[in-house]
Amino acid sequence: MTGWLHDTWQWLLAVFGPVALALVVGLVAVLVWVQVNALFLVWLERKVAAHIQLRIGPKEVGPFGLLQTVVDGIKLVSKELITPRPANWVLFVLSPLLVFTPVLLPFLVLPFAPSLPLRDLNVGLMLIFAFSGLNVLAILMGGWASNNKYALLGAIRSVAQNVAYEIPLLLSAMSVVIMAGSLRLGDIVAAQEGMWFVVYQPVAAILYLVGATAETNRAPFDIPEAESELVAGFHTEYSGMRFGLFFLAEYTNMFVVASVAITLFFGGWRGPFLPGVWWFLLKVYLLIFVVMWVRWTFPRLRFDQLMNFAWKYMIPIALLNLLVTALVMKLVG
Amino acid sequence: MTPVMAHYIRPEVIAYACFGLVLLLVFAGALIAVIPKNIIYNVFGLATSLIGVAGLFIFLGSEFLAMMEVLIYVGAIAIAIVFAIMLSQPMHLQIPPRWRPKVIFSLVVSAVVFVSFGVLVAHTDWQAAAVRGGSWQVRRLGELLLTRYELAFELISLVLLVAIIGAIITAAALGRAQAGREEEEA
Repeated sequence: MTGWLHDTWQWLLAVFGPVALALVVGLVAVLVWVQVNALFLVWLERKVAAHIQLRIGPKEVGPFGLLQTVVDGIKLVSKELITPRPANWVLFVLSPLLVFTPVLLPFLVLPFAPSLPLRDLNVGLMLIFAFSGLNVLAILMGGWASNNKYALLGAIRSVAQNVAYEIPLLLSAMSVVIMAGSLRLGDIVAAQEGMWFVVYQPVAAILYLVGATAETNRAPFDIPEAESELVAGFHTEYSGMRFGLFFLAEYTNMFVVASVAITLFFGGWRGPFLPGVWWFLLKVYLLIFVVMWVRWTFPRLRFDQLMNFAWKYMIPIALLNLLVTALVMKLVG
Repeated sequence: MTPVMAHYIRPEVIAYACFGLVLLLVFAGALIAVIPKNIIYNVFGLATSLIGVAGLFIFLGSEFLAMMEVLIYVGAIAIAIVFAIMLSQPMHLQIPPRWRPKVIFSLVVSAVVFVSFGVLVAHTDWQAAAVRGGSWQVRRLGELLLTRYELAFELISLVLLVAIIGAIITAAALGRAQAGREEEEA
């Protein structure tokens, strides 16, 4: 049965060589994972929302409605791609592609299990934070190129929010880096051998989670795409799979942000009995569930409230936390 | 069966291809940053070019600097520029033609900069990073910034501090003036 599979693999290995084959297989694996993860998260989101609102949610297509999002995905793919006439064509098409790139890159360095990061770079954490900035640039590009006031307003809000919340996010991650003494994600997990960092750094953990919710544009921080004010915010004019790419990027980003939180504060793949990768996925989806729970519980805040909260409370607290961490590490270690 | 394609797809070949791609990003981005008249294109061109520069840092062996380049220049500065442009000028208006003396002046300045950098590059005795030795990891960079280059580090901080205070004063003064005008109108 697997004979022909083995033969094909050997043939491919012989013709293309191990380097090219590893590249292609790795890329395909990440892309498939991104799709499956997004389909599952959309289903989970609808189920969680439904149960919080005392409904049942999707249940017709497949067991527990699991195939509902697959059907929705097929619908999205088959829809027409509309480009509005006054839109700036080049940037309008480029934006959904650009928004998708930065969410793929973190999969290079995420430590799913002790031996599983594709490449354990010594600046892994910085890679993830650096490329999350591209996301904002892409949103801005799409919002501007749509030539639509709702899209532009959404894009401007998104940038203001992301710029504000990225600072406490980075500062809280830095206090963990000071404790672990490394920017390599593998080292950070290794440093949590005895105790998870959430115990030593509760303030940083809370700051990180709040900042991460804002970075992924989720309620109560969903002002860039606030349905009741801005139609759909920056992706108002997008249809079909271009809209689908924004959607995929958003849900993949959720996974990435939750994975980083797990790696920084909740011990990464560490856990008894099960292999590391199961613990990692379990923790990540548990955290995503909490984020969804928050989304369907709290109302959206006003724009000025969000800005004040970030600049006047979160950033000073994060700075103070970083200072105290550095002092304590100097005195103790 | 002979390894046909494997002969061509080797790590060195991929590295060369990537280096070509990085160079393309740098030069294409730089051209987009100056040639089109639409200022939004210029900023995105600048961002492209800076991502290319980050790639050059990776080829020089400093992944940390590369990440910093992306984080600071693409993630913060390019976005701040786009943001400022969007808030300052209605983009749907006709873009005015370029003022000829300005174009000529910019050409002269660029030529002077290009020639002086060219002379510098030609007269420097370049050594490969491996030959020059020393580790360029994060720890070493941090130590150098706080010892040998402390003065430069502090001066840059001072410049940033001045800029921030200036921005706050400008915003506060403007806000107060506007509030005063609104009161008068009411």
